[in-house]
Amino acid sequence: MNARTLPLLATMVIFLAAYAVCYVQFPAMLSTRVIGNLLTDNAFLGIVAVGMTFVILSGGIDLSVGSVIAFSGVFIAVLLRDTGLHPLVVFAMLLVLTTLFGAAMGAIIHHLEMPPFIVTLAGMFLARGMAYVLSIDSVPITHAFYDQLQGLYYVMPGKGRLTLIGAIMLAVFVAGMLVAHRTRFGTNVYALGGGVQTARLMGVPVQRTTIRIYALSGFLAGLSGIVFSIYTSAGYSLATVGVELDAIAAVVIGGTLLTGGSGFVAGTLIGVLIMGLIQTYIIFDGTLSSWWTKIVIGILLFAFIVLQKGLVWLTSQRGLAMRGGPGGTR
Amino acid sequence: MPENRPLLHATAVTKTFPGTVALDGVDFTLHSGEVHALLGENGAGKSTLIKCLTGAYRRDGGEILLDGRPIDPRDTLEAQTLGIGTVYQEVNLLPNLSVAENLCLGHQPTRFGMISSRAMSRSARQTLAQYGLEIDVTRNLDTYSVAVQQVVAIARAVSLSGKVLILDEPTASLDALEVRMLFDVVRALKERGLGIVFISHFLDQVFEISDRITVLRNGKLVGTQAIAEIDRTRLVNLMLGRELEQETRESGRTDRPEGEAMIRFRDFGRGGRIAPFDLDIHAGEVVGVAGLLGSGRTETAETLFGVTPHDSGAASDAGKPLHLGSPRDAIAGGFGFCPEDRKSDGIIGDLSVRENIVLALQARRGWTKPVPAREQAAMADEFIRRLDIRTPDAEKPVGLLSGGNQQKVMLARWLATNPRFLILDEPTRGIDVGAHAEIIRLIEELCARGMALLVISSELDELVAYSHRVIVVRDRHHVAELVGAEITTNNMVAAIAADREAAL
Repeated sequence: MNARTLPLLATMVIFLAAYAVCYVQFPAMLSTRVIGNLLTDNAFLGIVAVGMTFVILSGGIDLSVGSVIAFSGVFIAVLLRDTGLHPLVVFAMLLVLTTLFGAAMGAIIHHLEMPPFIVTLAGMFLARGMAYVLSIDSVPITHAFYDQLQGLYYVMPGKGRLTLIGAIMLAVFVAGMLVAHRTRFGTNVYALGGGVQTARLMGVPVQRTTIRIYALSGFLAGLSGIVFSIYTSAGYSLATVGVELDAIAAVVIGGTLLTGGSGFVAGTLIGVLIMGLIQTYIIFDGTLSSWWTKIVIGILLFAFIVLQKGLVWLTSQRGLAMRGGPGGTR
Repeated sequence: MPENRPLLHATAVTKTFPGTVALDGVDFTLHSGEVHALLGENGAGKSTLIKCLTGAYRRDGGEILLDGRPIDPRDTLEAQTLGIGTVYQEVNLLPNLSVAENLCLGHQPTRFGMISSRAMSRSARQTLAQYGLEIDVTRNLDTYSVAVQQVVAIARAVSLSGKVLILDEPTASLDALEVRMLFDVVRALKERGLGIVFISHFLDQVFEISDRITVLRNGKLVGTQAIAEIDRTRLVNLMLGRELEQETRESGRTDRPEGEAMIRFRDFGRGGRIAPFDLDIHAGEVVGVAGLLGSGRTETAETLFGVTPHDSGAASDAGKPLHLGSPRDAIAGGFGFCPEDRKSDGIIGDLSVRENIVLALQARRGWTKPVPAREQAAMADEFIRRLDIRTPDAEKPVGLLSGGNQQKVMLARWLATNPRFLILDEPTRGIDVGAHAEIIRLIEELCARGMALLVISSELDELVAYSHRVIVVRDRHHVAELVGAEITTNNMVAAIAADREAAL
């Protein structure tokens, strides 16, 4: 068995165990209604977490996504309120905008050799500021097309609803898995995470890959913003504060190494579901404060970072043992 | 060996860096089907030549012909597509990708835009089978030993380039069995008609695998010879050099101080780095250390100074035991150490001349007792004057000075602590001739004032010039000690080159 898949397996085990605990206390948790809601409620987080997975796999970070989601919501709401454009046109405009925004951040990171943390932090403030410029208040979205979209769902056996946005999230995950594991771009992302210098020596187009990674993250943040606006029927510049951190948490809980180069898109889905499950449990319980979500996620995150450190340590120990003998290198 | 047109023909390759000429009109030819060893000490220009060939550096002058056509690779990728592949000591592959991905990165077989992992694994297995390697190519590269990774790196380089393969110290971290395996691969590639450049400082391996040898020294070509026409002594002579431009004396200094040793080391050693040795240090004496790169010279110095604390033996100071568990202990005992690699181990480039000089003294006093600003300035000015450090003022960042002046700043740092025993590892490496002479003069001056010095150097003439005693290091053992009139370059070369069996 590969040591790299261990965090993924650990995540799956934790998810199944957590679900089992929930089921024992509240048998209703296993119904497709709960599952449907789990997907719907976490759709926007899941979509943005796929983008975050690529960024983190490459050894970077994208702190701007929460603000981009909020900006997207406001952008859509304001445009639908003030112009006669069809929502689909607005969606297309928005996706082009957020993709370019991400690409610009990627270009700055690559060409100015700046840490992604700083560049995307600036992007975070910029996007949030732009949202404020468009509107300070919460702008409701009242468009017939939105009602249509919200009415789209597939009734699963057991009366659970797989909504459009839940389905979009699942589709994004499937696409993400294919891109990560079955395309050259995906391999290049892992290569960057393994070491930029080495990747460059091996012929990985570092510039193109870096820009595409952040463009992808920007695109998915835009898509997540669309989904969030469908979910809430409003655009609000103060919404989704800190969602970038939730996404990072989901990625790490999903077994992706925060230093890059190792992890799975599928793990992120489970990471998102674990976070959603904790929330669902708290709702079912009814007496617990919702802050318990944060506490449990904090504990989980810490546990995963320790697990990853341990794995890294174990592999390096094995590497030394395999090399064998003392014989200093000079 | 086919003597017609050479596969790779470089003439008068020149590369200068600010302050130094790294390569000075070097010629190099490589035929297909030959293993050509490139030898020289650190700073001789080996890696600069390689980097010029592979496009990592742009050369300043000279011509490189590959298959008779002039080439000028802008980067390593272009060199690779032209046919020149390189494998480095530290494997330059991605440990987090699978073996197959590492082999195929950039040219993965695709179907309908998707990578076909089955086809990729198949082609990776076929490639590796040519090297006698049957492993699970879907596993991550870092699950395999360095030797296997090395072979994968070679396989990738050969499959992408296919004409010239440059092996830069590929055996440095391999054990004997793995070296055997690697050499089998190299021989097979030689049979296939590749031209192979082999860089190593293990002379045994050079004699085992090479057809011809080219030796560089101080950026200049010393000579190219067929392996059959050269013996070890001659080779060491070529590498270390006999004829220094300036006037030197014939043998070492005989005015050796009499009396009790100041510091005694008994059975002092560190497992895996340097075998236990005895060493007496007298005040006012210069002890030279001669040996090839990787022989245990630097290891001796680092063990004495506590960088890698000794695990056998003991040190005593005038009969009293001396604890040397760390550099702090050594500094407290009045030791000073200027390491070989100034940039990574010694000088802090962003700090000013003054701050660099004060550093060791401050460390010795402890952080609670800062050196007053006025005292710092006075001290910096004094050393700038005394050592003739060429800097506009004491506040200039050291990184902007030339190599020789950086070396002087580092010396000044230790002199400020007024040490009894100063260890210098290659103090004249990579500095110009003028600064070279000044450093030698300084060594003699310090010695005359009663300081004990241990100086490691590849320049044998230099050792002859200032040493009272010379210790010869080989294969991590102190193998000989030459005193006074015995110190000649001939004797040192003989001791360095002596076969292992002969020495036992």
